[in-house]
Amino acid sequence: MFLLFSAVILVFSLLTVTSRRILRAATFLLFVLVSTAGLYFLLRFNFLAAIQLTLYAGGIVVLIIFSILLTSHISEKLSIPPVTKRIYAAVAAIAGAVLCIVTILKTDFVQKSLDSSRVDIRTIGEGMLSTDKYGYALPFEVISVLLLAAMIGSIILAKKRKD
Amino acid sequence: MFEGVPIQWFLVLATAMFFIGIYGFLVRKNLITMLMSIELILNSVCINFLAFNKILFPEHLEGMFMTLFIIAIAAAEASVAIAIIINIYRRIVNIDVEKMNEMKY
Repeated sequence: MFLLFSAVILVFSLLTVTSRRILRAATFLLFVLVSTAGLYFLLRFNFLAAIQLTLYAGGIVVLIIFSILLTSHISEKLSIPPVTKRIYAAVAAIAGAVLCIVTILKTDFVQKSLDSSRVDIRTIGEGMLSTDKYGYALPFEVISVLLLAAMIGSIILAKKRKD
Repeated sequence: MFEGVPIQWFLVLATAMFFIGIYGFLVRKNLITMLMSIELILNSVCINFLAFNKILFPEHLEGMFMTLFIIAIAAAEASVAIAIIINIYRRIVNIDVEKMNEMKY
């Protein structure tokens, strides 16, 4: 299962960054996000996988597709970037990837005995609102202010100007 | 399911996805495709956090909360970015990064 999901993720994320039709790129991004949710299910983070499906696959991709439809024609193809630019970007990406992968494979990770228990919602809610050592009340409040600010900001930005 | 999978595989997968996102960010010119590359990058980081949480430190849920906050920030960022992109498109009917210097004056 892991191999299937990771193959889907890799293939479709490559297609996302190389596809010349922008609407297809958005669809491939949707596939990547859905199979990432599958990985979360494999890791037994069921709540987070549901959040991933609704928020990313349901919200952000729909938002991106709407803005694509507002700003470009469907049949329009993106111009192919120049070869030198592609080579430089590929060299930078591959060099970074090789560096990171070599470091990962050299490190000894101490793997704990795996518990395959699921995280229940009760634990998540109590962690979100407690102020203990492993409580996240302050980030929770900050993120709510951030979401409010983002909402107001995007409404003001996208509003039509009266001039 | 994931029991036979060592953590290195998760990390290598996330690294590959991250650098595919970097490649897309460097190569693309359209603003919306650059935004999609950023989503790829954020997703790979989420996979990393969750794998660390589940396989190395299963006692607490730190990685899971971090991923929740990353997803919330990604949603806020995407909405603001798309508002900006649509506003730019309304002024200069084009959303390529190379035309953006027309906004300067």
